[in-house]
Amino acid sequence: MKKENEEDAPKRQAIREQIDENLKRVYAAALNEELPDRFRDLLAQLKAREGSGSDDAQ
Amino acid sequence: MKGRTQKSQAHGDPRDRLAGAIPKLRAFAISLARDVSRADDLVQDTILKAWSNIEKFDPATNLDAWLFTILRNTFYSSLRKTRREVQDSDGFHAATLSVKPAHDGRLAMQEFQKAFDALSPEHREVLILVGASGFSCEEAAGMMGVAIGTVKSRASRARKRLAELLHLEDGEDMFSGTDGATQAVVLRSTASGF
Repeated sequence: MKKENEEDAPKRQAIREQIDENLKRVYAAALNEELPDRFRDLLAQLKAREGSGSDDAQ
Repeated sequence: MKGRTQKSQAHGDPRDRLAGAIPKLRAFAISLARDVSRADDLVQDTILKAWSNIEKFDPATNLDAWLFTILRNTFYSSLRKTRREVQDSDGFHAATLSVKPAHDGRLAMQEFQKAFDALSPEHREVLILVGASGFSCEEAAGMMGVAIGTVKSRASRARKRLAELLHLEDGEDMFSGTDGATQAVVLRSTASGF
């Protein structure tokens, strides 16, 4: 850090914390989106195909 | 192969852990794509790729990071096809955005979201990885396929861009910081707002 920036460090720190706080909220909001069934179905399908013992899964 | 069998025995089949990883993966996809149905397609592609390439996953490493890497690579390769002419995506998005500063200086969530959406995907990515989902810069560098220094400077530019979009600062002054009273007042009230 350059010394001329020293007194502004708390300000920048405040902005940074504020931004990160909000980023966490954006991410949390995305996490709270309801999961569609398609992924569970897809995994079940993949698992069933694997379980059938065939070699067609490349 | 024998490696795979041993790993499977030691750690269980990593494919059994895919279901548990989906919520985080999807949140990352939504953050990147800013569109839920597009995000879901990305997650689906990622699951398929992960499933058929599971032997490439080292169970001693972080499954989330591995999945995030697949997802972001999938995202960028599809983006490359549609993006061609837009070189400066920052400038491009900025031109279409108008975020007004909140009256009381506090950051309204909606405004933040709008500004976040206006960032380039690369900026959203780095901020989500290191700012929100708790990966280290080193892990993020591995996932993004760049040097740690690049992660840090990109994250710093992305934060600065957000601050500009939100009128938290007059951009240039954010890191040279010679501004006066107005900024200090705004900052004080924003900082105490949380």
